[in-house]
Amino acid sequence: MNRRRFLQATATTPALLLGSCGAQKIPGGIVGGAHRIGHQLRGGTTFPSPSRTVKADVLILGGGIAGLAAAHQLSKKQITDFLLLDLEAQTGGNSLGGSNAISAYPWGAHYVPLPGPDCHEVRELFEEFGLITGHDAAGRPVYDEFTLCADPHERLFIHGQWEEGIAPIAGLTIDEQRQFREFHEEMHRMSELRGNDGKPAFTLPVDRSTRDPAILALDHLRMSEWMKSKNWTCAPLRWQVDYSCRDDFGGSIDEISAWAGIHYFASRRPDAANADHDTVLTWPEGNAWLANRLAQSATGRIRTETLVTRVTTESSGVQVDALDTRTGESTRYNCRAVVCAMPRFILQRIVSSLQPLQEAPVYSPWVVANLTLDELPPSPGELPAWDSVVYGGRSLGYVNATHQSLHPAPRETVITHYEALCDSPPAQLREWMLPQTHDQWCRRIFNALAAPHPDLAAHVQNIDVWLWGHGMIRPTPGFMWGPTRAAMQAHQPPVFFAHSDMSGISLFEEAFTRGAHAADGVIRFLS
Amino acid sequence: MPDDSPAPQRHARARPWLLLLSVFAIATCGLVYELIAGTLASYLLGDSVTQFSTIIGVYLFAMGVGSWLSRFINGNLIAFFIRVEFLIALIGGCSAAVLFLVFGWAVSFRIPLYGIVFVIGTLVGMEIPILLRILEGRFAFKDLVSNVFSFDYVGALLASLLFPLVLVPHLGLVRSAFLFGLINAGVGILALVVLKDELKNARGLWFTGCATTAFLILGMAQGDAVTRWGEYAAFSDPVIYSKSTPYQRIVITRNRDDLRLYLNSNLQFSSRDEYRYHEALVHPGLSRLRDARRVLILGGGDGLAAREALRYPHVESITLVDLDPEMTRLFSDQEMLRTQNGGALTSPRVQVENADAFTWLATPREPFDFVIIDFPDPSNFSLGKLYSTSFYQRLARTMSPSAALVVQSTSPYVARKSFWCVDATLRSCGFETRPYHALVPSFGEWGFILAFKQTPATKPELPDGLRFVNAEVIDQMFRFPPDMARVETDINRLNNQALVRYFDEEWAEYLH
Repeated sequence: MNRRRFLQATATTPALLLGSCGAQKIPGGIVGGAHRIGHQLRGGTTFPSPSRTVKADVLILGGGIAGLAAAHQLSKKQITDFLLLDLEAQTGGNSLGGSNAISAYPWGAHYVPLPGPDCHEVRELFEEFGLITGHDAAGRPVYDEFTLCADPHERLFIHGQWEEGIAPIAGLTIDEQRQFREFHEEMHRMSELRGNDGKPAFTLPVDRSTRDPAILALDHLRMSEWMKSKNWTCAPLRWQVDYSCRDDFGGSIDEISAWAGIHYFASRRPDAANADHDTVLTWPEGNAWLANRLAQSATGRIRTETLVTRVTTESSGVQVDALDTRTGESTRYNCRAVVCAMPRFILQRIVSSLQPLQEAPVYSPWVVANLTLDELPPSPGELPAWDSVVYGGRSLGYVNATHQSLHPAPRETVITHYEALCDSPPAQLREWMLPQTHDQWCRRIFNALAAPHPDLAAHVQNIDVWLWGHGMIRPTPGFMWGPTRAAMQAHQPPVFFAHSDMSGISLFEEAFTRGAHAADGVIRFLS
Repeated sequence: MPDDSPAPQRHARARPWLLLLSVFAIATCGLVYELIAGTLASYLLGDSVTQFSTIIGVYLFAMGVGSWLSRFINGNLIAFFIRVEFLIALIGGCSAAVLFLVFGWAVSFRIPLYGIVFVIGTLVGMEIPILLRILEGRFAFKDLVSNVFSFDYVGALLASLLFPLVLVPHLGLVRSAFLFGLINAGVGILALVVLKDELKNARGLWFTGCATTAFLILGMAQGDAVTRWGEYAAFSDPVIYSKSTPYQRIVITRNRDDLRLYLNSNLQFSSRDEYRYHEALVHPGLSRLRDARRVLILGGGDGLAAREALRYPHVESITLVDLDPEMTRLFSDQEMLRTQNGGALTSPRVQVENADAFTWLATPREPFDFVIIDFPDPSNFSLGKLYSTSFYQRLARTMSPSAALVVQSTSPYVARKSFWCVDATLRSCGFETRPYHALVPSFGEWGFILAFKQTPATKPELPDGLRFVNAEVIDQMFRFPPDMARVETDINRLNNQALVRYFDEEWAEYLH
């Protein structure tokens, strides 16, 4: 520690202990403000009438993974007369990334687990992108080892130090150990289980799972209720399952359905020649790497900072009105078919043919922050891993953007801190999060990481914060297999739909498969 | 107060309260010394559960001894209390520095460790009983006991929070100890000021107090230098050069004609027997490649492998890639070190590049005929990556079809799984391997793996002037006794770091 850092540390630590960052302002800001523009769709705003008309065969609305997958599929099938419109300055949706002088980093989704055989569309994509480099004699995929998450993968801060892996292991009582063992045995059983139609009980994409009513009944329970019915109530196990649910679904075990909670543990059956089954693929910029690769198939066809204000089906095709948020001018696109790759809560306001849903789907709010550090401060226990989680914490911990780097010496890095806001109604949380200041978010992050990194503030060079008001669909009880999601899946040719909210869980595999299939539907419709 | 003149009335209120406050300071200091000793012992000896538990045990026992001894103290209790404070200040304050320094020298580190803990514990154990006796009669008994113990326990809480959150991260152990020594000295001086009317000869105490304080301030300022001496003492021979680079700490020691290089405290070579290591590293492979023109050395910034490769006239160029410019500069410029490698790094046939080997290999280059990999042992995740499938696959792309490579692969005797893990990893990348070993006295039984894209047909043809390797010795090197024979292992990949895990486990067990 040099003199400068010591002075900084002594200046900020007492303040930290009192719960304040002191007078020193941390550089950075709240970024990604497109939701404010999107709020114009709530009504009350009159958009200018279109000043020009553009013709295209296909229009893709939304540049997240589903929209990009549709573009990729169209290009693959030699359909090139399409345009993709997106509200943000860059495509990617939840798989957005950023970069600075030190590293690229994610703003949302940051990894993809190894896809199982049911995810054959994703596997084909990974072969095309060189992520699967071949197959071994047993036919198992060989993955690109620079993309497989480098070891060590995860660490958990518990009992005052970092332990390897994410499961709280040290200090469990005999009874707690039994509960963990029973839970994992049950999850293993569930992952092997098949329904009365012969399909796996839990798989990805979700709609390839069995429709056996005995298994779908789990969707009506809360995850916490189901665990209670099994007498798995000890705090460490509840914490780990709750952590997993918040991480994948943005909701606590009291908020999400047991079917979804079990799906997290029992749906992945990957095989790989050169990796363990629980390994993931990751990149410094997270899934933005995949989004950017997919976007290459739409080069020159992407219109960013464009707000779609109206989608109307006519006898001749579809009319889409969209506002260029830079110039304030509206354009009318006349096309033969449309892929709506946007979340349903927005589509509901702009697609004239959509009937109101019986029940509005629930979206979880998220706060993602990227912290640029002069170094990841040393902390007792295991060395830095890709993913670091604090036991019992409110946040989901952080991932280290330079973890995949081959650079030999410790140095500056960027860490991405995730928090899914839950335990209150999402609408209320969105109300609460909007007026929070940058300083308040910084303090919230420092508090969340205070146990392992009391001196974090002294190492921070910049903190940028991204607010995802409607971060991801939440599989609340009854949603996965109830009437609302069923209604959301119906295409209305020439209008097709592709978004992970139609799957009830926000995963790359779901969004990608839906995008590719919607494009196939469009191709069939056009021919 | 049987043994003291009664205190003047006007001070009667202020003084006892100040003394009670000092209980708070004393309790904090007492616990901090205990935590410092525990942490330091865990740091230097490992096994933190044992260290903490024995330190706490000895410390509490010593406090009991101190409390018991306090009954024999008569006479001026206040003067005695002040002396105890200064003594604790001095011993507790210096405890971390002294322990760091003796670690390199002491035959058994545990004797000074528990000795110091016992002395501090005894002195701390005396404090509260004596204070109670001083305060006796100034408070009602129930208030006195309640107040003293409240302050004592609350002080303990403060110490236990301050220690991990503020002291260790920001001050370090040595300076934290000095700081709390100063607080103890402060308590002594406070007592001197407040109770001056009850002391007969305060001058001597004042002198001791000021000297102690000055000494501790000096210690606090020099705290960093102390840890550096400690490191020096950890080497068996006098340190003649040391430098911290962004990548490692380079230390060179010399004892008469024995020159040793340490990187991050790990021995890299001893000039007495390095010829054994470097001849074994280079010749079994290179002597079989009569057409080898282009040689690549990865690591090996000391130039000693380059010296051996330069013995072959058919080698036209050697590219040496070492991460640390300070290493290659040192071994190019420094007279004594140049003598060691025969000026290899400044030979016109040698081209030095300072880069990370993994990144350097990403750029396509003219293929090499022989590759010598002389990286440090895979003791951390960064180094483990340089022994992975991804690394060897990248390397294979810059090797000519008839090329071979050799990897220093730690000790097959100490770290048998680690050694055979390197072998399994190379084989999984399509290389045909020929593992071998040699005895290097300063290292022990050492292992190397020679790997070919295709086995060369030629017999070894050795250059003149070798001191260790000849055709017969080479033959023997490839034979493994049963205690070092092949074992099945995982393949080392970026995503499992199997080698680092084997290496950690095996060397920890060996050194335990």
